[in-house]
Amino acid sequence: MRSFTYERATDPRAAVAAVSRSGAKFISGGTNLLDLMKLDIEDPSHLVDISRLPLRDIEELPDGGLRIGAQARNSDVAADARVRTRYPALSEALVSGASGQLRNKASTGGNLVQRTRCPYFYDTAAGCNKRDPGSGCAAIGGFNRIHAILGASDSCIATHPSDMAVAMTALEAQIELLRADGSARRVAITDFYRLPGDTPHIENVLEPDEMITGVLLPPPLPGRQLYRKVRDRASYEFALVSVAAVVSTERGTISEARVAFGGVAHKPWRSVEAEDALTGRPATMATYRAAAEAAMRDAVGRGHNDFKIELAKRTLCRTLAQAAGAS
Amino acid sequence: MMSASETAVGRSQGEMAPLSAITLNVNDQVRQLQVDPRTSLLDALREHLRLSGTKKGCDHGQCGACTVLINGRRVNSCLTLAVMHENDAIVTIEGLGDPGHLHPMQRAFVERDGFQCGYCTPGQICSAVGMLAEVEAGWPSHVTADVATPGIALTDNEIRERMSGNICRCAAYPNIVAAIRGSAEGGPG
Repeated sequence: MRSFTYERATDPRAAVAAVSRSGAKFISGGTNLLDLMKLDIEDPSHLVDISRLPLRDIEELPDGGLRIGAQARNSDVAADARVRTRYPALSEALVSGASGQLRNKASTGGNLVQRTRCPYFYDTAAGCNKRDPGSGCAAIGGFNRIHAILGASDSCIATHPSDMAVAMTALEAQIELLRADGSARRVAITDFYRLPGDTPHIENVLEPDEMITGVLLPPPLPGRQLYRKVRDRASYEFALVSVAAVVSTERGTISEARVAFGGVAHKPWRSVEAEDALTGRPATMATYRAAAEAAMRDAVGRGHNDFKIELAKRTLCRTLAQAAGAS
Repeated sequence: MMSASETAVGRSQGEMAPLSAITLNVNDQVRQLQVDPRTSLLDALREHLRLSGTKKGCDHGQCGACTVLINGRRVNSCLTLAVMHENDAIVTIEGLGDPGHLHPMQRAFVERDGFQCGYCTPGQICSAVGMLAEVEAGWPSHVTADVATPGIALTDNEIRERMSGNICRCAAYPNIVAAIRGSAEGGPG
């Protein structure tokens, strides 16, 4: 691990000012950053510890939504009674990820900006445009079983590993950002993440002088929420494919739906195509299959990950059948 | 305080930052030490404070051998920095109990033969103690049928899911589950 200096921030604005210097990074849970620093994939020269900032609370919003502080730990969010009853898909997504120890450490903000688990990103001897821009992509033509089938580019086929962010995408969360000058902005989670294009090292719209201070959840749609994760091990494993779904039905007809996929793209993948194919249609397996086809219309396999296209379709159908019933 | 040779542990790779003087509260004892900011909590415990009960397995948060309790919560001590934990209450396996006064979970592991080589055991025991507190607090898990339902029935399936962050390469899992169940039920272990 490369040498760095350390400071503990006591105030959000001071924290943003401190991280604006060259080579500085925030650290909170550290569960992803320190792992990468030990491998020389991340090498900050200065760490600004934001884990003790007063951003841990989960608060009611006037509109009936919920605000989750960026420093709220994953385990606290998953166990919060309001999250469990009003946003169960978020709680389910959180407890499906990592281990008990890691969830006790990992922060909400850190979970959002965690890096990919592409093995070539981790292998400093391999070409990786995300780790070392311009060095190529060893995953394209390499062993790419876990890689993206949607929204990828010729520069990068990595996936975003978060479960939490997939549920937040289906729940139409907004990310709250603070600048050093004290100004704040909100970004819809679908706009927060970027597709790889030819700059896969730039993964989101966070500016160098910005910090995530919270996540805003709008009041939930009525209806059933589910998060289903398919992976190689029963526990403590990243998703091959996951689906977060929110489905409202009235007398056997789907009135509204929100669908997001995990494990398939560089970002949590909201499928408006699937939602459109569901809305106003009967809650039947034929409808779900049509939605799955619509969701995966532009999917491209890279060889080893071809199976993900069919897996994503089946996972969506199974999730929708569980959420809305199937006749 | 550490010796000059201990100082070298954190400085071994190239250039270095100034040492940080920190105060850690470990097993109800206030300990002052000087560490390179790079020092993980795990290395601070083992190399600086000579508390070698906490084990280094993968050093990347994948195996759970380094699990300790911080403010009552189980964490991987390899994936956090010592400088980040000033004034936190840290409990290691040495703080849970000793051979003359075993913690009930330690006794349960002995009585149920919940290990073979023993390397993962301190992490398993610290994790299990933290896990039972999470169950007591009603936290749901991935195998909880309905996350909205308060109250958790501690089935073997729940124990296995909640302990998935602790690997045992001897595969003593059946007896680890039995030990945790025995301890949770307050029985003979």
